[in-house]
Amino acid sequence: MTSTDQQPFLSIRDLKVHFSTEDGIVKAVDGLSFDLAKGQTLGIVGESGSGKSVTNLTILGLHDRDRTAIEGEILLDGEELLTASEKELERLRGNKMSMIFQDALASLSPYHTIGTQIGETYRKHTGCSKSEARKRAIEMLRRVGIPQPDMRVDDYPHQFSGGMRQRAMIAMALVCDPELLIADEPTTALDVTVQAQIMDLLKDLQQEFGTAIIFITHDLGVIADIADDVLVMYGGRCVERGTKAEVLRDPQHPYTLGLLGSMPSLHGPVDVPLTPIPGSPPSLLNPPSGCRFHPRCAFAEKVAGGLCSGERPVLEVTDGRGSACHLTGEQKQELFADFAGSRHH
Amino acid sequence: MFRFLVRRTLGALVIMLIISAVTFWLFYAIPRDPAMMSCGKNCTKPMLEQVRHNLGIDHPLPVQYWEWLKGIFVGRDYPGFGHCNAPCLGYSFANREPVLGTILDRLPLTLSLAFGSAVVFITGGVGAGMIAAVKQGKWQDKAASSASLVASSMQIYFVGYIAMYFLVGKFDILDNPSYTPITENPGAWFSGLLLPWLVLALIWTANYTRMTRSQLVETLSEDYVRTARAKGLSRRNVFFRFAWRGAMGPIVTIFGIDLATLIGGAIITETVFSLQGVGRLAVDSVDKSDLPMLLGVTVLSAGAIVIINIVVDAIYAAIDPRIRLA
Repeated sequence: MTSTDQQPFLSIRDLKVHFSTEDGIVKAVDGLSFDLAKGQTLGIVGESGSGKSVTNLTILGLHDRDRTAIEGEILLDGEELLTASEKELERLRGNKMSMIFQDALASLSPYHTIGTQIGETYRKHTGCSKSEARKRAIEMLRRVGIPQPDMRVDDYPHQFSGGMRQRAMIAMALVCDPELLIADEPTTALDVTVQAQIMDLLKDLQQEFGTAIIFITHDLGVIADIADDVLVMYGGRCVERGTKAEVLRDPQHPYTLGLLGSMPSLHGPVDVPLTPIPGSPPSLLNPPSGCRFHPRCAFAEKVAGGLCSGERPVLEVTDGRGSACHLTGEQKQELFADFAGSRHH
Repeated sequence: MFRFLVRRTLGALVIMLIISAVTFWLFYAIPRDPAMMSCGKNCTKPMLEQVRHNLGIDHPLPVQYWEWLKGIFVGRDYPGFGHCNAPCLGYSFANREPVLGTILDRLPLTLSLAFGSAVVFITGGVGAGMIAAVKQGKWQDKAASSASLVASSMQIYFVGYIAMYFLVGKFDILDNPSYTPITENPGAWFSGLLLPWLVLALIWTANYTRMTRSQLVETLSEDYVRTARAKGLSRRNVFFRFAWRGAMGPIVTIFGIDLATLIGGAIITETVFSLQGVGRLAVDSVDKSDLPMLLGVTVLSAGAIVIINIVVDAIYAAIDPRIRLA
């Protein structure tokens, strides 16, 4: 979005991912578009089931092709990924684009040493020898801050601590210097100090290699730390986007406002109660009509004519900034200020 | 590894002791006198005493058990049969032959039957299960699932006789089941056992198909399998090195138990195809109140199970580094 190139590095246009299940069709992602330039970090925020993970699995082509219907386009460096062959995707995965998963213990193979798992990615994409791959694995472990990497390289994941596993996972994802890195809640399972270290590590590596990062999280604190731009997803759609400062300081969608309201502030008084968003995430099997957030929205009745439940709000984006809400600008200013005010009393 | 072997071997010996003692005790809990059967119709009291003495069963139970146990390690002298070299499992009450010799005579057939059919059902079952798991929900999966359901509800005595009637009798495709030692004539060994192998393997193949499929369906959806794909590894590589590796453990365990069971004798299969294996021996010895033979077969089966279990545990640890042998 801040790219000066004509062609953004990653470009997603009107992506729709629909699964067929026994109960019907799940619209996991329903018309999503965004661009990402090299060296930039896009934070994707949303609750579980908002479509953020599905979007990223689709970029890597890791969805179940038999059960998934996909529309739209995903261009990586000008290459269309949705129509790419499996062979072509295998060449890109772990090489040009790679992914860090949330639960490192479950995501690393319990049957292979850390060194093998890091090295085999490198071997696959460079065709180097086993000993070279091992050397590379040790080098990567050193880079992500594993002590005594030449010994730990032969350990199995269960012999690593949680933070070290996540570092090993990052080493594995970065072993081929990917140009696009997707991090799916990489710090959710870690304690805060380790979390901060991992975030610093990612930032350092990004500076070094100019990697484009998609950072998926439901933690706005993490977003504030790492992202350049933010995309808020709800029910498979993007409800708000903008730069980090715009979205966090001046939210334009009631859902974003709700997310901010359910997060404790370090700057205000400590005894302010949190304001959770009422209700639960929408069923994607049978999503609410109109704006998918309207059943939980505090301001839905402020919009005349039942527009919120009747018509899908359009996401209009100018200069990378936009929100999909039927409220007018003035209404938002007034209502959102009241909401923020009520939190401080 | 050494500690593991020592510990497990000692454990195995204890288990064998317990099993043999229980068998001994159970046998005498049955109100049947083996001396009576051996003595015949016009048996007088002194004759009965003599028979008891000759068979070595004129002592209290614990002494008898001790004698039997001692015989295994140092041999034994029988008043009726003379000396029996260690390892001595005694003489059959029924035909007065040495027990060990009889079992060793029967064992090659039983081992041939067990390993031959194991090769068929493990390759067939795992192969079909793999195809079903990869083609989940497609026709191959449905075909494998229905076939294995039908096959696993079959009975050997049913399938066996049908197969005999058609494949051997009517169309003469396979040879009549018989046993020729492999050292004598490998071709005859193979063709003579082919039908029993296939019939015995049929039901087990079905079980392994279903087990392999369900294990693989589970591991294929594991996060680490997805990670392997995300690294750009090929589907084949991911399938065998990650998903199958994870699925193997339980299959190896069950396979070990099944194989051990088969080494103890496939009673029904041996009966259906008139093969004189260890299974038939066991049934006959129960029938004839032949305690030494029964003990011998029981100890052999128990030994097979115990040893294979140790091997399985070692394999399991080799498959899964999280398991440590101790």
